[in-house]
Amino acid sequence: MANHQHAAPAPVGGSLVNIVTLSCGVLIALMAAILVVRFLFGLGAVTNLNDGYPWGIWIAVDVVIGSAFACGGFSVAMLVYIFNKGEYHPLVRPALLASLFGYTLAGAGVIFDLGRWWNVWNMFWPGSINPNSVMFEVAVCITLYIVVMWIEFSPVVLEKLGKEDARKKVSKAMFFIIALGTVLPMMHQSSLGTLLVVMGGQVHPLWQTPALPLLYLLSAIFMGYAVVLFESCLTSTAYRRKLEMQMLTPMAKIMLGILAVFIVVRLGDVIVRGALPKAFAPSVEALMFWLEMACFIAPLVLIGAEANRRNPARLFLAGILLMLGGALMRLSGFLIGYETGGDFNYFPTLAEVLVTAGLFAVEVLGYIIITRRFPVLPREDVQAAH
Amino acid sequence: MGEIDGIFDTSRKTLEEIEQRLEMPRREFLQFCATLAVTMGLPSGAEAAVAKAIEAAKRPSVIWLHFQECTGCSESLLRAEHPTLEKLILDVISLDYHETLMAAAGHQAEAARKAAMKANKGKYVLVVEGAIPTKNNGIYCKIGGQTAIDMVKECAADAAAVIAIGSCASWGGMPSTIPSISGADSSPTGSAGVAEVLGKPVVTIPGCPPNPYNFLATVVHFLTFGKLPEVDKLGRPKFAYSRLIHENCERRAHFDAGRFAMQFGDPGHRQGYCLYKLGCKGPETYANCSTLGFGDAGENNWPVGCGHPCIGCTEKGVGFQKPIHQVAKMLNVTPPLQYPRIVEEQGKAASFASAAAVAAVAGAAAGAAIMLTRNLGLSHAAEEAERAKDAGGSGKRASVAKAGE
Amino acid sequence: MGTRRDFLKGVMAGGAAATACAVAVPAAARETRPRPPEALGLLYDSTLCVGCKACVAACKQANNNPAEFSTVDHLWDTPLDTSGYTFNIIKMYRNGTMDQKDQETNGYAFMKTSCMHCADPSCVSACPVSAMTKDPVTGVVGYNPDKCIGCRYCVAACPFGIPKYQYDSPTGRIGKCELCRHRHKDGHYSACAEVCPTGATLFGKTSDLLAEAKRRLAMKPGEMNRFPRGRLRPAQEKALQGKPEGKGVMMRAGWRDEPDQSYETPAGKYLQHVYGEKEYGGTQVLKLSGVDFEKLGMPDLPPDAAAALSETIQHNLYGNLIMPFAVLGAMTWVAKRNVKPEDESSDKEGN
Repeated sequence: MANHQHAAPAPVGGSLVNIVTLSCGVLIALMAAILVVRFLFGLGAVTNLNDGYPWGIWIAVDVVIGSAFACGGFSVAMLVYIFNKGEYHPLVRPALLASLFGYTLAGAGVIFDLGRWWNVWNMFWPGSINPNSVMFEVAVCITLYIVVMWIEFSPVVLEKLGKEDARKKVSKAMFFIIALGTVLPMMHQSSLGTLLVVMGGQVHPLWQTPALPLLYLLSAIFMGYAVVLFESCLTSTAYRRKLEMQMLTPMAKIMLGILAVFIVVRLGDVIVRGALPKAFAPSVEALMFWLEMACFIAPLVLIGAEANRRNPARLFLAGILLMLGGALMRLSGFLIGYETGGDFNYFPTLAEVLVTAGLFAVEVLGYIIITRRFPVLPREDVQAAH
Repeated sequence: MGEIDGIFDTSRKTLEEIEQRLEMPRREFLQFCATLAVTMGLPSGAEAAVAKAIEAAKRPSVIWLHFQECTGCSESLLRAEHPTLEKLILDVISLDYHETLMAAAGHQAEAARKAAMKANKGKYVLVVEGAIPTKNNGIYCKIGGQTAIDMVKECAADAAAVIAIGSCASWGGMPSTIPSISGADSSPTGSAGVAEVLGKPVVTIPGCPPNPYNFLATVVHFLTFGKLPEVDKLGRPKFAYSRLIHENCERRAHFDAGRFAMQFGDPGHRQGYCLYKLGCKGPETYANCSTLGFGDAGENNWPVGCGHPCIGCTEKGVGFQKPIHQVAKMLNVTPPLQYPRIVEEQGKAASFASAAAVAAVAGAAAGAAIMLTRNLGLSHAAEEAERAKDAGGSGKRASVAKAGE
Repeated sequence: MGTRRDFLKGVMAGGAAATACAVAVPAAARETRPRPPEALGLLYDSTLCVGCKACVAACKQANNNPAEFSTVDHLWDTPLDTSGYTFNIIKMYRNGTMDQKDQETNGYAFMKTSCMHCADPSCVSACPVSAMTKDPVTGVVGYNPDKCIGCRYCVAACPFGIPKYQYDSPTGRIGKCELCRHRHKDGHYSACAEVCPTGATLFGKTSDLLAEAKRRLAMKPGEMNRFPRGRLRPAQEKALQGKPEGKGVMMRAGWRDEPDQSYETPAGKYLQHVYGEKEYGGTQVLKLSGVDFEKLGMPDLPPDAAAALSETIQHNLYGNLIMPFAVLGAMTWVAKRNVKPEDESSDKEGN
């Protein structure tokens, strides 16, 4: 059915040494140095974590938001393979690559944050696991999904290495891997929201609801598309390639559809639970709520009309706003709207910020290296010279 | 030290006289003065003033009355061995009337009292030992045909200072205990303290018996400074009664660690654990027993030191009133003390560096996004313009990429 | 291409699935669990507490924890809150002139902060590796550092802020009260109750402690009453259970025998509320006070545990992996139809 004419993926080529990669290298080196201190002297040595905020930005940003940003691969794969929209096929590989990095690094971020990381095998040890725990489900799903994504991505590597036989074998099982690759993220992205349910009244009523799994799943999906918009525009600009407007414009429409459903569920839930008055209280939480809602509603205005969806600037901006909105919802649930009682303060240390920046730097650097050296982005005939 | 040297320089002769008069070596005398000064909580150097006051030998006349009592207070005073205090009692002060100690008896004794009062009008010190019965016009205690009420009023009228020694004189003490029979609202004789009978506050030295040093220090304070020491609202000198026994108790560490004697003779009791659970009233009793000991029997020889809970004898409403083994009320938790509040601020707020880093990241991201959006918008505008100009033309998209820089 | 139709079909299928699970949720709801019948616990009576902090010191010793300092002199153990090294602490409520104990305005009151040993604990539900467990018999919420991965989900989940992590250590553990379960085998009960001079912290079976709490609430303020100290003795348990008087079983559960420590003291002025009787489905540690519990730092909690809701959602979505496998099956079937082997779809694009 995928009767669309697409250019085959090809390495972009070009130099790996430039200002962006060098900056990334510096950030990664800083992160490594901080992590040495963290593993030698404990979390308290580099973070501001405390018992009122046991989870800081390494969890809220690196893992929860980071993995939601990494939903591009899952969202696009679902579009292409499940809803059989072959025309989006060229978006799969770059989106998958970004997801791969996002998730792998989220996994790494968890290890940095784990206080007793050497015991992490218990998470998979039948004698230790606790199936009642939301986190157990999240951890297992994310781990499996990382493996699944590497398999999904393996044809790229095998292609580069010229291992045709292996690549064909993988290709035969690909349909199952792809199915797994849609189910697993659906499971854990929803469960990332369910993580908050057990915290009960400690999470502000604007973000604490039994509908959390649905909200987190829906937002993860449209954030996935938003990330693809963002990443496609960014890559095209950075590599001076042609914008993939013919795919981005219709995809944006699908994104808006899911966004609309999400907004209805989000507002409906707040109203049904009677939490709406809290949104009008003079509090930081109320401000965050409206900031978040603004980020969700603005794209409807920005690219609601078909004509506006052809404007890459508007698409890009809408993508950023949706990423921001989803990120704010997660940040508010996990950090800003979390109050355990008592007078606890938390603001990330410079070291925490640098580690988070370092993780994103790994992602950017990896993306650059792989797209320049491996067949990820579609081959482009008309290409401006570097 | 200057003052001490001064004493030796200027009044060596006087000191020698004192030595003879008090039959006390000079060194011991100075030690005694220092002890009293410390008891009163006076600053260093004050022992010199005390010594001067005593050596001046202006022996004030003291009239000591006994009413409803056991003479334990006098006995306690006499037992003070540090130095031989009876010498001091007889030589530092002029004890003109004391029913137990004076040689005179009968009308002779009463005449001596009257004579002393007349001779030292407005200058003598009145010490009262024992409670004063007030029921039925005080007929339950008469001396020489005079009721205790009349006698104390008569003596107090011209006294320079009135000191109530012992718990009985302070507030009624043991005799004022209300019997546990139905309908009883006062003690059988209506015993009351001196202050109540006189209708004005007096200095009280409660205790059963009180520490003799607390009494002596009060008298010497009067000698030294010409006035009575500062007292609390119950008339007790603050130098002796401003701290709870519990605060300086030698067993306090056991209390803090939760190590308690459960019953007399149990392992905890034998190991000197805290006696709180046996009913020790130290936590609600103001006195200096835990620092000064009790009587003058030597180091650690006070009720708690030898294994019995404090009964709170210096505290009205506690001693002789609360059952001896009833658990005490804790008074020293009265805030503020070193307790964490219900909510304590914890965790660090933003440092300048981290706040700046977050702001920088956010700023850079926002800036980049704006730039990129603007460029994308420009390229889109260019493309639209081109499309409008050249409707059929396609493939000339290089400009798009260029604009997207 | 029929893309629109396919898309709509997909949306409808997804919607149906979502509706199905939404409907399934209330049907299979996991109820908040009650306390085990033989649950052990503590009764903390704020009106009896004299703030001596013997329980804080004893807890440190029993759990072999180091001192924590909050003053410049670093001489005394002065923790400001429970922490990875302080499992029990006495906090003080202060208001105005602080004249009167157990009085809300111009008064002060004490509150013991330690693990409540919930009937349906959030920390146990949250822990992914079963490092936090609830004993099926005693109900004690215990911690196993050999399994713990240090994720601190328990810290975040607990409504009382009890599990705390040792952030200053590269091998930090979670620290929390385990009701001195390591001392039970020697016949010792909770150190805090063992040393409490006034019986403000009392150890016993929660069912008996609840009866004792109700007995206290019925007292007239200021009236002399007998209060047990240490732990509830067998005879007292029998009396509280309404059984005929008698000695009871002397060596129940192997506790060391000790003399009856009960004593007489005036009853406090209680709020008519046993904290922990119903909160979050009940806790095994109960509290009495003369001052509003929220002012003493005890949160106002609903009668249903958050763990019950969380597990209801979790098991309805993932119970026995039925839903995930169903969705996976459907996805596989769809993907099988749509996924062309890479050879055709990428290299020789365009069939």
